[in-house]
Amino acid sequence: MKDSVKVTINDKEVEVPREYTILNAAVEAGIKIPTLCHLDLHDLKMVNRTASCRVCMVEVEKRPNLAPACATPVNDGMVIRTDTLRAITSRRMAVELLLSNHPTDCLICPRNLRCELQALAQELNIREINYSGEMNEFHIDSSSQAVVKHQNKCILCRRCETACNEVQTCGILSALNRGFETIVGPAFNLPMKETSCTYCGQCVAVCPTAALTEVNHVPKVWEALNDPEKYVVVQTAPAIRVALGELFGMEAGTIVTGKLAAALRRLGFDQVFDTDFGADVTIVEEAKELIHRMETGGRLPMLTSCCPAWVSFIEHQFPDLVDVPSTCKSPHIMTGTIIKTYFAEKNKIDPNKITVVSIMPCVAKKAEAARTELSIDDHNNVDIVITTRELGDMLKEAGIDFDKLPDEDYDHPLGESTGASVIFGTTGGVIEAAIRTVYEWTTGDELEEVEFHALRGIDGLREAVVPINGEEIKIGIAHGLGNARQLLEEIRSGKSKYHAIEIMACPGGCIGGGGQPYHYGNDEIVKKRQQAIYQEDRRKKIRKSHLNEEVLKLYENYLGEPYGELAHKLLHTSFEAKERI
Amino acid sequence: MKSLEELKEIREKAKKRINIRSGGEVEEVRILVGMGTCGISSGARETLNSILAEVNERDLKGVYVTQVGCDGNCHAEPIVQVKIPQQEPVLYGKVTPAKGKEIIEKHIIKGEVLQDLIIGRAFHE
Amino acid sequence: MVNSRRLHMLVCGGTGCQSQDSDKLVKALDLVLDKYGYKEEVEVVKTGCFGFCEKGPIIKVQPDDIFYVEVKPKDAKRIIEEHVIKGRRVEDLLYSEPAKHEKVEKQHDMNFYKKQMRIALRNCGLINPEDIEEYIAVDGYLALGTVLTTMTPVEVIELVKKSSLRGRGGGGFPTGYKWELTYRNKHDKKYIICNADEGDPGAFMDRSILEGDPHSVLEAMAIAGYAIGADKGFIYIRAEYPLAIHRLNVAIDQAREMGVLGKGLFDTDFNFDIELKYGAGAFVCGEETALINSVEGGRGEPNAKPPFPAESGLWNRPTCVNNVETFANIPPIILKGPEWFSSIGSEKSKGTKVFALAGKVNNVGLVEVPMGIKLRDIIYEIGGGIRGDHKLKAVQTGGPSGGCITAENLDIAIDYDSLTSIGSMMGSGGMIVMDEEDCMVNIAKFYLEFTEEESCGKCTPCRIGNKRLHEILTKITKGEGTEEDLERLVNLGQMIKESSLCGLGQTSPNPVLSTLNHFRDEYLEHIINKNCPAGVCKGLSNKS
Repeated sequence: MKDSVKVTINDKEVEVPREYTILNAAVEAGIKIPTLCHLDLHDLKMVNRTASCRVCMVEVEKRPNLAPACATPVNDGMVIRTDTLRAITSRRMAVELLLSNHPTDCLICPRNLRCELQALAQELNIREINYSGEMNEFHIDSSSQAVVKHQNKCILCRRCETACNEVQTCGILSALNRGFETIVGPAFNLPMKETSCTYCGQCVAVCPTAALTEVNHVPKVWEALNDPEKYVVVQTAPAIRVALGELFGMEAGTIVTGKLAAALRRLGFDQVFDTDFGADVTIVEEAKELIHRMETGGRLPMLTSCCPAWVSFIEHQFPDLVDVPSTCKSPHIMTGTIIKTYFAEKNKIDPNKITVVSIMPCVAKKAEAARTELSIDDHNNVDIVITTRELGDMLKEAGIDFDKLPDEDYDHPLGESTGASVIFGTTGGVIEAAIRTVYEWTTGDELEEVEFHALRGIDGLREAVVPINGEEIKIGIAHGLGNARQLLEEIRSGKSKYHAIEIMACPGGCIGGGGQPYHYGNDEIVKKRQQAIYQEDRRKKIRKSHLNEEVLKLYENYLGEPYGELAHKLLHTSFEAKERI
Repeated sequence: MKSLEELKEIREKAKKRINIRSGGEVEEVRILVGMGTCGISSGARETLNSILAEVNERDLKGVYVTQVGCDGNCHAEPIVQVKIPQQEPVLYGKVTPAKGKEIIEKHIIKGEVLQDLIIGRAFHE
Repeated sequence: MVNSRRLHMLVCGGTGCQSQDSDKLVKALDLVLDKYGYKEEVEVVKTGCFGFCEKGPIIKVQPDDIFYVEVKPKDAKRIIEEHVIKGRRVEDLLYSEPAKHEKVEKQHDMNFYKKQMRIALRNCGLINPEDIEEYIAVDGYLALGTVLTTMTPVEVIELVKKSSLRGRGGGGFPTGYKWELTYRNKHDKKYIICNADEGDPGAFMDRSILEGDPHSVLEAMAIAGYAIGADKGFIYIRAEYPLAIHRLNVAIDQAREMGVLGKGLFDTDFNFDIELKYGAGAFVCGEETALINSVEGGRGEPNAKPPFPAESGLWNRPTCVNNVETFANIPPIILKGPEWFSSIGSEKSKGTKVFALAGKVNNVGLVEVPMGIKLRDIIYEIGGGIRGDHKLKAVQTGGPSGGCITAENLDIAIDYDSLTSIGSMMGSGGMIVMDEEDCMVNIAKFYLEFTEEESCGKCTPCRIGNKRLHEILTKITKGEGTEEDLERLVNLGQMIKESSLCGLGQTSPNPVLSTLNHFRDEYLEHIINKNCPAGVCKGLSNKS
């Protein structure tokens, strides 16, 4: 069988691979067919092919009805028309119908000017809604700390369901009810907080409208900044610096570390610190823990624990395996803890007056910060978490011309970081950073080639063997919870061959986090962020966490031994088996 | 189930049991037995059962035994009428169970009318 | 004595008659027979549906071929005393033809049955569905045995193709061709699914077949399994069909015990077993991809096709989904040959079709007629004409997916294609007769209300479009419509038909579009004069 076929679209003939859809072929032919529910993040294995919105309908010769371009495979000799009145009217009516049951509060909507439905309405030149009628009125579910579900704005593209069920295998969101009353929600339409949702935020990342958004914590940040009693400290996760620029019209993958620090300072934060510092501390602790487990015959494989969605996933879905992850708190919680203990003591500031704000690429970090077991002396380590997107909003609101900012540095001492901590932002990065340290500690030799290319890439499941001291350390890497599930099943059945496994809930790791600028279905963006992360690593003078001088001082002056008693008290936690709902 | 033959064997057995239900569907021989009060008191039920037993025993296909009410010939009960398609119906009187068997044997199978038993005109059905 | 019971009293045990105490009737008959000492001579059999549900409960006495209607348990005594003991008909329980007002004794003389031709319903009302031997007595499992011992799968497929049997569930897709497609997709595991998710309002032929002749479906599924290479079948049945479920369970148990389901059937290496899967009665689950999702335990909503179930169906295996009535036709086709079958019916639609006749006709019930029969014959001969000597206004076929047919098309020969050509469709065989007291706007509204509720909510046109259609119709029935609304109904209806994801949405505007086509004046009357000529729409005037 020939593997390519000839199709004619609007009189233009193109030869395309046999497995193409009409939509793929149209792209080849340079013809744009509008889409809405369709989502194809090919490299991240997130493909939504529900063909439910009916916005991409086209005419196909000899077919009595119209065909959805996104889900109709091409065949040889197919004659397609996308530009007839019949097709155009039908597409426009589909959007009109969606709009007839959609709030028109666009001006005050969190997705204003970032909404795919809004863009489509504009693109299809819709000026009136001919089929208005009853609109659904559902309550807004703002029960959780992280995700808001605004059902009225849902257009039932079902992308969130695909993300939640097929990619993340969490099974929280699915369609409920029938007909006009159909909604997407948890089983029995329970409030989100009562479910096993990990708050990974991938549903938010793919939602075309404001049906799923992160909880908006921007007002709380403004309040803190304007409270003279408060000493407000900010920290930024590694993945922010390679994504924030997109919100200001920059190319994906632009590194904006210096402007980020400058912008935060302009906003009025008292200290601008870097979560990368906490990431270096995490590596010191985690590397020690891994060596300890290997030497003492402890539980192996050891799993990384920086990702709060992943932690929540194992607590709910694999409650029998909660002793497997490293007990390390996540980097921003560590940073928060250090700010409110070490930094506060050193600078004689009452920790109760310190507000720690984390800028995260992540929605789950909001829920993580609210976990009471992570607090020390009754105060939260991190008080407010906002996402990359929320920071972008704040900067715009503050009138900061991001583009024109000079490059500035983070504040001392918790702004010091290494290349190892930067790569926390991508899948494979945490384990690579850990290996750099484990190698030097166990061999006593200097590691010359710090880049472990075997651990890099974008495949959902990867593995590598790293020889250290004659022993082969087997590493597994998964990103996306569906992939993680496979590794966990292996562990559960006792078949896991790994010593250490890195897991990130979001496809791509934090660069593809639920709180990052919207990728609008373009997975090239995520890959460019990844390249930028590695570039940032290469720019750093020090690329191994255990050589971060400020980290060394922290242990010397305050914590004592890595993985020691105080370190345990402040930097480690435990996980809890939870019910699966 | 091992073979078609085995299935057909079961079929034949079961068929006998429910053959009677296809009454009315094909051309058929009807044997009508008068079962009014008078008929019954003269032993019509026994006659009917003996005729029926004979039909079953001989495994006659398309022969149906039906009971009917009194036709007024109360003096000649039990009364049996034989209706064969395309033939004049024949009415027999004073049919004992033994005579009933004879009707099957002679009239139905061999086509010989039992002249002695005939009482004449047909009654309704 | 078992073999020589002189009378068989066939009591309808279908859902309709059971709801009218036919169970109690059976008990009463047994009791009275026992009392008079006639138990050894008379057999009381609970059968499947006779179709004449209008007049249930029904007793047919064989071999006398006497048909009693509307029999109450209290009538048992009279029937035994009169019919069984004295050989006299119980006159007042005989059926009376509405037109002539004279009593008819025999089923074969009743107009309701005269023009019918029973293939799918052949055993309903004849055998005890809970006794496999009775099914075998009427040549049951002979087709399966013949197929397994004398034919190759390809030969079976060719035979079914040659018969020109088309799917009876609504689509009318050629059954043999469907089998062939599934056969051609090689896979180590394939499935047969029997679609028993009957959902058209008023249609109940599938239920009747399953209740009255469950083995015919089991046998046909096994034949289909052999033809396509499947060893497992599922019957997807609505949980609201408890009697059909019970009879199927009994039948499956008996078939396993008899060795006509299970391993090594007829001493070949063919294995086949059947399992029931229960649906919650969602109309959309009649759509095969939605049905498959539901069998898998997922939400009952359709997927975009391709891939078709024949390529990737249940658990991504090649799957052949056929409807109950389609299956019921298979054993006779095998036994009597494809030529016999294709000699019945019209040019492109062969065989018979079962219709659920309802509405304003005298004889409501289930009728099986040869394809190509005139609508007039169904309504005036079988159906006994319009009730109360009213005038026929329209006939809705195809349920919520179909359209209405007006009096001028009464002489059209009914088949898949002719119905489609006049803007209706065969559907699963619902047939609702309407007279001048039915408001066509209201009828359209009724069906839209149904589809609006039964839409799975997946695709935009069906989810929101049908809601809007319903809203516009509601407006019109309240006298608040405008003439522009009619244009909106047409445009939106057309778009929903052309753009919806599955058959439900693709046909849901039919009732509106066809009533609007034939009865535009009635719509305008509602809009302009605020008048409902049928007097149905409340709040409007009623002048005809």
